Amino acid sequence: MHTRHLWSLALAAVAAAAARAPSSGAGAAGTITGKVTFTGTPPRMRPIDMAKEPSCATQHQTPVMTETVVTGPENAVGNVVVYISAGDAAAGTPTEPARYDQKGCQYIPHVAVIQVSQPLDIYNDDQTSHNIHPLALVNPEWNKSQPPGAPPIHASYAKPEFIAVKCNVHPWMHGYFAVLTTSHHAVTGSDGGFTLPGLAPGKYTVTAWHEKFGTQSQEVTVAATGAVTANFVFKAQPY
Amino acid sequence: MRPQTGWLSLLSACGAVLLLGGTTPAAAQETHVANLTGHAPAGRPLYERYCAGCHGDDGDAQGENAQWIDPKPRDFTAATFKCRSTPSGSLPTDQDLYNSVERGFVTTNMPPWVALTPQNRVDLVSYIKTFSSRWVGAPAPHPITVPAEPALTLESIRRGRATFQRMECWKCHGPAGHGDGPSAATLTDSKENPIRPYNFASGSRFMCGVTNQDLYRIFMTGLDGSPMPSFADDLKPNEAWDLVHFLRTLQPLDTQEARIWRAWVRDHGSELKPIGPGGQ
Repeated sequence: MHTRHLWSLALAAVAAAAARAPSSGAGAAGTITGKVTFTGTPPRMRPIDMAKEPSCATQHQTPVMTETVVTGPENAVGNVVVYISAGDAAAGTPTEPARYDQKGCQYIPHVAVIQVSQPLDIYNDDQTSHNIHPLALVNPEWNKSQPPGAPPIHASYAKPEFIAVKCNVHPWMHGYFAVLTTSHHAVTGSDGGFTLPGLAPGKYTVTAWHEKFGTQSQEVTVAATGAVTANFVFKAQPY
Repeated sequence: MRPQTGWLSLLSACGAVLLLGGTTPAAAQETHVANLTGHAPAGRPLYERYCAGCHGDDGDAQGENAQWIDPKPRDFTAATFKCRSTPSGSLPTDQDLYNSVERGFVTTNMPPWVALTPQNRVDLVSYIKTFSSRWVGAPAPHPITVPAEPALTLESIRRGRATFQRMECWKCHGPAGHGDGPSAATLTDSKENPIRPYNFASGSRFMCGVTNQDLYRIFMTGLDGSPMPSFADDLKPNEAWDLVHFLRTLQPLDTQEARIWRAWVRDHGSELKPIGPGGQ
């Protein structure tokens, strides 16, 4: 809880810095690529018992695992939001809605990245009611029921924040909304890789956020063409 | 004398403009309930005397009694409130906060502050609003519309029972409304503190009032900060009123709803499918 608040403050500071920074113009061709890995021992993910919700349990051949720390081969970390936190131009608001699904009593994607004021459509694809409860601290907190077959819930957020999302009916459901000011962002897959394309030459701060491991930032200088590498290593603890 | 009074009135006019400027936090936190106007400076000593013990000097729910209290006191710095007349995610109206101070919250440690005068309460509401910047410059919150209650009929109660099943109210509140549904044991509030769903058998009062209109508002606005969501997107006004009529039959009261329902169940109870998994 406390740490989430700090992220939000950090984001707000970064947003203010970004507003003054040089812009990445049209035709920009620079790219930042990298990989997110861990050292140490990450917490073990556990199988989720969905027996209390048979309509979801029957959708999964093998038990769904918790997703607090998703790892891949060679110590890769998934579900890390990597984004330009300073040096980027103020981005326009995308009008295309992002999509967030409740399916098989899971949130898909686990982390939805949206920009400030971008529409977010939340779907219930299950045969059970969910209540979607984003635990915003900087933005207003709301909590809405969504029965099976209900139309999507339209949401948007005015301020940058990493917002934990839960369903009170199905307490194993956990996800995040990452509300950013930049249009340059990526979420790592289980291979830990990311690519931030379309950047104008210049100096940027790249930040990697993970729900359990926290944030890391580094300065990166992008040349006129070609890719620059920025890798992130999080120190994992089993608890 | 004349020029002097002219200067004086000019000065006092400037003062009034400064006071009523609308952009200062103090002015933003002026409160209006009926014909009363509340002022934060007047509310402060009352808050420190009556409220800070639980809610904390800084309104952050860290008062010295807070550790002994369950559910925890409201954290005014978050400006998230359960009992509102406004949609989920909105600030409450001044009247909502005033009502909360006056009524207290059944099943919590918050008593009804009947000993305070109406002016005291409205001043307290003003002071409570100084703890969060969400109030500064915020547009006036709009209450939801509560249409007139339709006639109470057996059919309305039966439709309400079907809604209780379909909206899966029973998953938390239990098939008989005893607060013992399959998800009840794992519920937490927005600060991850365990919290119980309302037990309809526990008495006559709800968290946010006693009337049918209060009950309608509870599930159409949701109790923000708690697991109770808003059903405003899912229920039409008539369906919501049907649900109100059914919920009344779950209470241990001799209400009109209960009389109609119990008379019908006596003869037709065997026709009812039980509420719960795979119910009607």
